[in-house]
Amino acid sequence: MMIEQKLMGLNGDEAIAYALRQINPDVVAAYPITPQTIIVERFSEYVANGEVETEFIAVESEHSALTTCITAEAAGARAFTCTASAGLALMWEMTYVAAGMRLPVVMAVANRALSSPLNIHGDHSDAMGARDSGWVQLYCENSQEAYDSVIQAWRIGEHRDVQLPVMICLDGFILSHTLENVMVLPDEVVKNFVGERASPKVGGHLGEVEYRLDPEQPLTMGSMDLYDFYFEHKRQQEDAMEKALPVVEKVGKEYAEISGRAYGLLDPYRLEDAEVAIVGLGSTMGTARVAVDQLRSEGVKAGLLRIRAFRPFPVKEIVDTLLHVRSVGVLDRSMGFGALGGPLFAEMRNAFYDTSSKPLLSDYIYGLGGRDMSTELLSVIFNSLEKNRKARRVSKPVQYIGLRE
Amino acid sequence: MNLKECATRPELLASGHRLCAGCGESITVRLVLKATKRPTIVTTATGCLEVATTIFPYTSWDLPWIHTAFENAAANASGIEAAFRAMKRKGRGPLAKYDHIDVIAFAGDGGTYDIGLQALSGALERGHDFLYVLIDNEAYMNTGIQRSGGTPYAAATTTSPAGSVIPGKREWKKPIDEIVIAHEVPYVSTVNSAHPLDLMEKVKRGLEAEGPAFVHALVPCPRGWRFPPEQTLAMGRLAIQTCIFPLWECRLEEGRPKYNLSSPSLSIARNPKMKKPVEEYLKNQGRFSHLFRPQQRDDIIKEIQAWVDLKWEILLEKAM
Repeated sequence: MMIEQKLMGLNGDEAIAYALRQINPDVVAAYPITPQTIIVERFSEYVANGEVETEFIAVESEHSALTTCITAEAAGARAFTCTASAGLALMWEMTYVAAGMRLPVVMAVANRALSSPLNIHGDHSDAMGARDSGWVQLYCENSQEAYDSVIQAWRIGEHRDVQLPVMICLDGFILSHTLENVMVLPDEVVKNFVGERASPKVGGHLGEVEYRLDPEQPLTMGSMDLYDFYFEHKRQQEDAMEKALPVVEKVGKEYAEISGRAYGLLDPYRLEDAEVAIVGLGSTMGTARVAVDQLRSEGVKAGLLRIRAFRPFPVKEIVDTLLHVRSVGVLDRSMGFGALGGPLFAEMRNAFYDTSSKPLLSDYIYGLGGRDMSTELLSVIFNSLEKNRKARRVSKPVQYIGLRE
Repeated sequence: MNLKECATRPELLASGHRLCAGCGESITVRLVLKATKRPTIVTTATGCLEVATTIFPYTSWDLPWIHTAFENAAANASGIEAAFRAMKRKGRGPLAKYDHIDVIAFAGDGGTYDIGLQALSGALERGHDFLYVLIDNEAYMNTGIQRSGGTPYAAATTTSPAGSVIPGKREWKKPIDEIVIAHEVPYVSTVNSAHPLDLMEKVKRGLEAEGPAFVHALVPCPRGWRFPPEQTLAMGRLAIQTCIFPLWECRLEEGRPKYNLSSPSLSIARNPKMKKPVEEYLKNQGRFSHLFRPQQRDDIIKEIQAWVDLKWEILLEKAM
C-alpha cells in the first residue's frame, strides 16, 4: 500500500539525518569530517531537542566511532556512524572487525578524495579502499536514494542470512551538500519498516545463546582464531555476501510497496536495444541519463547501467543486463594505482571473462578530487565507445576524462 | 571483603588458559572478577590476556566478554555503556532488564600508555561509567618484550636492549596515573596482587564510583622481567617496599584530587626505615642484570634511586 509522503528540501546529509531521526537508533557515534559533518550536526540537534532517544557519542576519533558502534551492536543495540575520506581510512582496521564479528553496523560515507594532496571534494577513493573489508556497499545517485537507502540498510544488514555491516555511499558535496527535493515517509511507517533488531542464535560455551553480550548468557565475542578456524569463518563471511544479493533486492521491493520507489542491485536505463553503454556508480549516473537521452535523440543507441550494489558485486545480473551491448565504458571515480584501470573496471572485466561473447570494455577514469563530470565529457566517452564499436576493438583500455595531460 | 568471602566467590576466569606459569595477569584478573557483584560485561584489548584466554572454540571467561582491537579498550567500554544507557532510556532492548551493568575494560601498558591513550582520554573526558584496569607488565610482552611508555628506565627489552653503549631504556616511565587524574575522574588507584584484599576493595570502589574509574595494577611478568615464575608475588611486594610502585587511591572530592596512601605504603610513610633500596628490586630481575654484571653500574642505580625518592616525596606531599 502506497503511503502519503511529505516533500522536503534536503541535502544528502540532511536526508540521512532525517531518516536517522525516524529510525531512532540506540547509539550514534561520530567524529566531524567534511563533507559528512552535516549528518552529525543535524542529528545532534535532534538529540538536543529530545526528538530521539539515541545515546549520541561525540567520540575523539573515527577509530573510536566505529569501535563504539561495534561494541554497542555486540550489546544488542542498533548503532550508526558516518564518515568520509581520512576518517574512513582511520577506521580501516575496525571496518574488518565489524564485518568479521558479523555486526550489522550502518555507516554513511560522504565520499571524498584521500590525501595527499589534501582535497575535500568528492571521489570514490575512500569507499573503494574499504571494498574488500566485508561490508555491503550501496552507492546512491541522489539525496532521495540516500534517505531511502539508510532506511533499507538495517533490514539488509540485520537479515538473518546476512548479518553484515552496511555502507551507504553518497558523493561528497554533489549529494552531501546539494539541496534536492526529497519525499519522506511518516515516522511510524519508517519505524515499522525497520522493525526491531533480533540477534541470531550461536553456540556459546554454555550452549545455544543469542549472539550478543548479556550477563544472563555469557558469551565470548571477538576471540582469537588460529589456522584451524579462521579460514572457515572467512568463508562464512563470503557466504553471507552471496546471500546479501537477493536480500538487497527483496528489501528494495518491499520498500517500493510503501514508498513507490523501487531499488535493487542495479539500475539500468535505456539498455534494451543499446549498442553502447556506460557503467558507473553514484551521482554521475544522473548526469549520464541526460547524456543518454541526448544521444538517443541524435539516433545513437546509448544506454547506461548504474551499479547500486558494489558489494556484493552482482556478477550474474550485470552480465545478463549488458551481454547484448557491443561497447561498454566503465566509469571509475578512483584510481587503482599500478593496476590496469580503476577498481570497477577490474570487476567488470572479471565478470565477463567466462562469457562466450562479451562487450568491448574500456575504462574511463574521471572526477578525482571533485572534478566536474559534464554531459559534454560524457559525450566524449560515448564517442570513444562508438569508435570502439565500429572498429570492433578497444583502441585504448584506460583513458582519463577531463584531465590536462 | 575478606579472604573467606573471596574463596566462595565464583571463578569467572576459568583455569586451562594459556597464560605462562607465574603470570601476574591471570592472578590480577581473577581477583578483579572476584570483586564484581552486579551484572558485568568485560572487554579486553589485544594482548597476552586476550590471546591466551580465548583461543577459539575455547574461552576462560564465564561472563560476557568482547575483544575488538588493540588501541580501543576504552572505546569498547564506551559503546557497551552507551548501548545499555540507550536501552534503559527507551525501556526496551535486551539489556533494558538490568538495573545496572558494570563494564570493565582490561588493557596492558602498550594498550594504555601508548596506542590506546587517545581512546582512553576520550572515554574519560566523556565520562562513561566504566572501570578501566591497566594491567601493567611494563612492556609489550605478547609480541616478545618490546619497550613501551610504561617500561621503566634502564630496563632491557628487545627494542631497548642493554648494549655496550646504551644500557637499556633511556626514558622514565610515563606518569599515566597523573595523566588520568588530570581528566578529573572520580576514582584512580594503584594495586598489586601481592595485596589481594586491597586490590579487590579498590576494584569494588572503582565499580561503585559514578563515571570513569581507573585501577592501575602492576603485573610482574616472569618472562619479560626475567625472574623465576614462583616469585611473581614477591616481585610485586618488592615494588611496594622499595616505593617503586606505591599503593594509593585518589578520589575527586569537590573538584580536588584527594590522595590516600593504602596501608602497605602508609606503613612505609610512617616508618621510613622500612623503605628498601631499589637495588633489592632491580637485582632480582634479569631485565636489570646489566646494572650488576659485568660490572656494577652504581651511577644508574643511583639515578633510579633518586627518581624513586623524588616520586615518593611528591606522592607524600599529595597524600599526607
